[in-house]
Amino acid sequence: MSDAAFWSTMALTFKLAAVTTLILLLLGIPLAYYLSTSRSRIKPVVETVVSMPLVLPPTVLGFYLLVAFSPENAFGRFCEEVLGFRLVFSFWGLVLGSVIFSLPFMVHPVQSALQSLPASLTEAAQMLGKSKTTTLFRVLLPNIKPSLLTGIVITFAHTVGEFGVVLMIGGNIPGETRVASIAIYDEVEALNYAAANHYAMVLFAVTFSILLLVYLVNRSFLQKM
Amino acid sequence: MELKVSASFKRGDFVAFFGESGAGKTTILRMIAGLLRPDSGRIAVDAEVWFDSSEGVDLPPQKREVGFVFQDYALFPNMSVEENLKFALQKGDDPAIVDELIETVGLGAFASRYPSALSGGQRQRVAVARALVRRPKILLLDEPLSALDHTMRSKLQEELADIHRRFGLTTVLVSHDPSEIFRLCNYVFKIEGGSVKKEGSPSELFVKERIGSSFKFTGEVLAIEKCEMVYLLSVAIGTQIVKIMATKNEREGLKIGSRIQIVSKAFHPMIFKIES
Repeated sequence: MSDAAFWSTMALTFKLAAVTTLILLLLGIPLAYYLSTSRSRIKPVVETVVSMPLVLPPTVLGFYLLVAFSPENAFGRFCEEVLGFRLVFSFWGLVLGSVIFSLPFMVHPVQSALQSLPASLTEAAQMLGKSKTTTLFRVLLPNIKPSLLTGIVITFAHTVGEFGVVLMIGGNIPGETRVASIAIYDEVEALNYAAANHYAMVLFAVTFSILLLVYLVNRSFLQKM
Repeated sequence: MELKVSASFKRGDFVAFFGESGAGKTTILRMIAGLLRPDSGRIAVDAEVWFDSSEGVDLPPQKREVGFVFQDYALFPNMSVEENLKFALQKGDDPAIVDELIETVGLGAFASRYPSALSGGQRQRVAVARALVRRPKILLLDEPLSALDHTMRSKLQEELADIHRRFGLTTVLVSHDPSEIFRLCNYVFKIEGGSVKKEGSPSELFVKERIGSSFKFTGEVLAIEKCEMVYLLSVAIGTQIVKIMATKNEREGLKIGSRIQIVSKAFHPMIFKIES
């Protein structure tokens, strides 16, 4: 294994995690806000869909995404012919898969934190003439910073460590869809333990440092409150 | 429980909704504020209709010019005292009112503190000041002093009365404390079983029924001892434990834990001033 291959795999792994986390932040906050305030009858259905990746084997999700993304089928064909890109065995296909698979890790902490805030905070902002959006960004989100940070970091770490979905829909194309967890599996299969160890060590160290940082930051935040 | 209330009051009034907890007082306040939607009815302030079910009018809370002081104060923990008040400014408002209000409630030295670093009384003052930033037509107070101790409560009652006069407010107070209403309000609606049972000035309402020529306490029996011909009861009244004498007839049917009412004529009480 060359150094260049190692670093391109690592870069791809963290790029995938960063892009997924960013998209989930934009998608997860409105979704969590909706779930924390809605009393609609379809809310349980939305909650179930969001939570499914927690219990479903990644291969099941990966399998259906693979089928859906395939140019043989309507969705895949639509993407390829109308939008002009292919989702199966491509980076953006991986991103879409990871977004779906990590959705509960962003939505759950944010939703439960929003629900634990006293309702009077929202009502007080209303009485001061503020819109829902202003209330969300100026009052609610600033008061759940630890949970936001938790959501971001868990999503990131979870995407770095994802294996099943990525293997199903991404395959193992170096520089395109070959991420570290796949590379480890691949190197072990080839009895190349030193290379596998190299990947594994870096993943281990990075994940440990990120989580440690979160707990340290959250601790100092809670002390301030 | 069905809540069916009809009440009206004038500009400049300091009115109270009085009743047991669970009588629906806070619900009425929340309906005036627009936080709760009545099934049917009409709410109008000056010539402006805020809610009218028959005409389909329902002004959102943001559009009703109301200041609301919540029971838990609902200060924003992420903002300092000053920021809490500034948040209430609307586009085009003169920010000078923020400093003025902070001075009015005597919190000039605490402007940059966060709510978590304030005492209960200070939080209450911030909540009142914040509710006044928009220059509301009506100030709604939901049991604003219930979480405070006695000394602080009477001090803040004075301040509330002062603010009400100084800003020419129309204020609505929800309370279950007759003495508080007596000190602050000029008109009372007594809510019972979901409707206004009585209304009038505090002295009309309370003097006959509450402030009579006898003391009434309710308490819980902690111990019963036999003592010669009579019985000695230890009774918990509020935070005090009192020993009182009971005849055999009175003792009948009482056991430890019984709730009792003690009535005593007050024609010759001893009165001591409490230094504060």
